[in-house]
Amino acid sequence: MIEIKNLYKTFRDNKVLNGTDLKIEKGITCVIIGRSGCGKSVLLKHIMGILHPDSGRVTVEGKEVSGLDDKELNELRMKMGMVFQGGALFDSLSVGENVGFGLIEHTSMGKREILERVEEALSLVGLSGIESLTPAQLSGGMRKRVALARALCIKPEIILYDEPTTGVDPITADSINDLIKELHDKLKVTSIAVTHDMKSAYKIADKIAMLYQGRIIAEGTADEIQNSDNPVVHQFINGLARGPITETINGFTL
Amino acid sequence: MNNKNTLVDFFTRLGINTNTFFAFLGGLSRLSTQTLYFAFTPPFKKERVFEQAKKAGFDSLPIVSMVALFIGFIFALQTAYFMQRMGSEIYIASLVALSLVRELGPVITALVVAGRVGAAITAELGSMQVTEQIDALETLATNPIKYLVVPRFLALTLMLPLLTLYADAVGIFGSWAICTQKLGISSSLYINVTREAVKYKDVFTGLIKTVFFGMIISLVSCYEGFNVEGGAEGVGRATTRSVVLSFIMIIAADCFFTALFYFIFP
Repeated sequence: MIEIKNLYKTFRDNKVLNGTDLKIEKGITCVIIGRSGCGKSVLLKHIMGILHPDSGRVTVEGKEVSGLDDKELNELRMKMGMVFQGGALFDSLSVGENVGFGLIEHTSMGKREILERVEEALSLVGLSGIESLTPAQLSGGMRKRVALARALCIKPEIILYDEPTTGVDPITADSINDLIKELHDKLKVTSIAVTHDMKSAYKIADKIAMLYQGRIIAEGTADEIQNSDNPVVHQFINGLARGPITETINGFTL
Repeated sequence: MNNKNTLVDFFTRLGINTNTFFAFLGGLSRLSTQTLYFAFTPPFKKERVFEQAKKAGFDSLPIVSMVALFIGFIFALQTAYFMQRMGSEIYIASLVALSLVRELGPVITALVVAGRVGAAITAELGSMQVTEQIDALETLATNPIKYLVVPRFLALTLMLPLLTLYADAVGIFGSWAICTQKLGISSSLYINVTREAVKYKDVFTGLIKTVFFGMIISLVSCYEGFNVEGGAEGVGRATTRSVVLSFIMIIAADCFFTALFYFIFP
C-alpha cells in the first residue's frame, strides 16, 4: 500500500503540494487527475523519492520514502517502475540497452538472460525486434511503449505513469490505455497514473483522485467521480471553460 | 527620485548576483565532494571512463594539434622579430620551449578542451535534464553523479595532462620548423638548446596544473548541465555560462599555481 500523508512542497514561492493526503491500496490502478501544472508529476516524484517533501510523508509498503538511506531507497526503486511523459529514454543507448538498463546496472545476470528479459518486456508492449534501434528512430507512441518496457523489465510491483497518453494520437492513446489495463490484469501490479485525459482515466482506473490547489479534493470510482456534485470536479471532468477553477484563476473566490 | 531608484536597482542586482555567485560556489563544492566520494566507491565501471577519455582526449587531438602548431609558428616568428635585432636568434628555441611547457601549452590546451569538451558535456547533460533522463536514472536506482559525472571527471583529469604533453611537443615542433626552415638555425643546435633549457620541473609544474584544469572543466560543465532550467533556451544559456566560467576559473587557477610554483620551485 502507498500512503501519502499531509504532504507539502513549495518551489520558490509556488506552493505545489499543500497538505496532500491519499491512500492507494495494493493491486489497484489509481488515476490522479488535475490541471496541467497542479503538481501531479511532483506527487509521483515524491513517491519515487526523486523529490523530498518540505513536510509530511510518503510511505510505500510501510517504509517512509524520505527516511530511507541510499541503499534502501535503491532497493525500493527496483520494486517500482516509472514511465515518464516523454519516455525519458537515454539517447546515447539503443532500445535494448535502455530496456535492460536496470538489469545491466544492478544485477549479476548474464548477457543472454538480460537479452531474454528485454525481448520479453518488448513483446509485452507489442514492440518485438526493435532492440537495435536508437530512441531517435522511434515515434512518440513507440517511445512511451519502450519506456513502459524499461519499467517492466525489472518486474516491478508498482508502476507509475506520468501522462501516459499525452502527445500521442487518439488511436495510439487508446492502445496505450489497453496496454496499461492488460498489464495490470496480467501482472497484478499496483499502478498510479497521472493524467488530464478523462477518457484514459475512466478506462484504466479502479480509483480516481482529483488534485486541486495542492490537495486531493475528491476520490472514488470512475462512476462516483462522474456523479460528483463538487463544482470543481464537475468543471474539470466535463472540460468546461467557465466554472470555479477558472474563476479562481481570474482572481475570484469560489 | 530617479537617482534613488537607480541606486536601489544597483544594490538589488548586486545582492542577487552575490547570492547567485555563492550558490554556484556552494553547489560546485557539493558536487566536487560527491564526485570524489563516488569516484572511490565501488562498483567501478572503467569502460565508461575509457569511453569519455576517448571523447575528451583522442577526439580532441586534431584541434589541439592545429592550435598548438599555430602557436608554435606564431611564437617563433614573434620572438624572432626581437631576437634578430639583438643577434641572438638561437634563444628563440629556449624561450619558446619554456613558455610552451610552463604556461602556453597547459592553458591553451585547457581552454580548447573547455570550449570543445566542456560545452558538449553541459549541452548533453542539460538536454538529459530537460527531457527527464536524469530523473529516469534515479528511478532505475542509478546515482546520476556516479553514472554521469565520475567518468567525465576521471577522463578529463587524466586526459588533459596527456593532451598538454602532446600540445607542448607539437608547439615545439612548429617553432622548430620555422627556425630551421626560415630563420637558418640548424636542427641539431635547436634541439640541443631546447633540451638544455627545459628541466623536468618545468614539465612537471606545467602538467600538475592541468590536472586541476581538468577537474575544473568537468565539474563546472556537469554542474551547469545538471542545473539547466527552461528547455532548449536554458541549455544554450547553461552551455555559454559553462564555457565562460571554465575560462575564468582556469585563468584564476593558473595565476594561483604560477605564484605557488614560483615560490616553491624558484
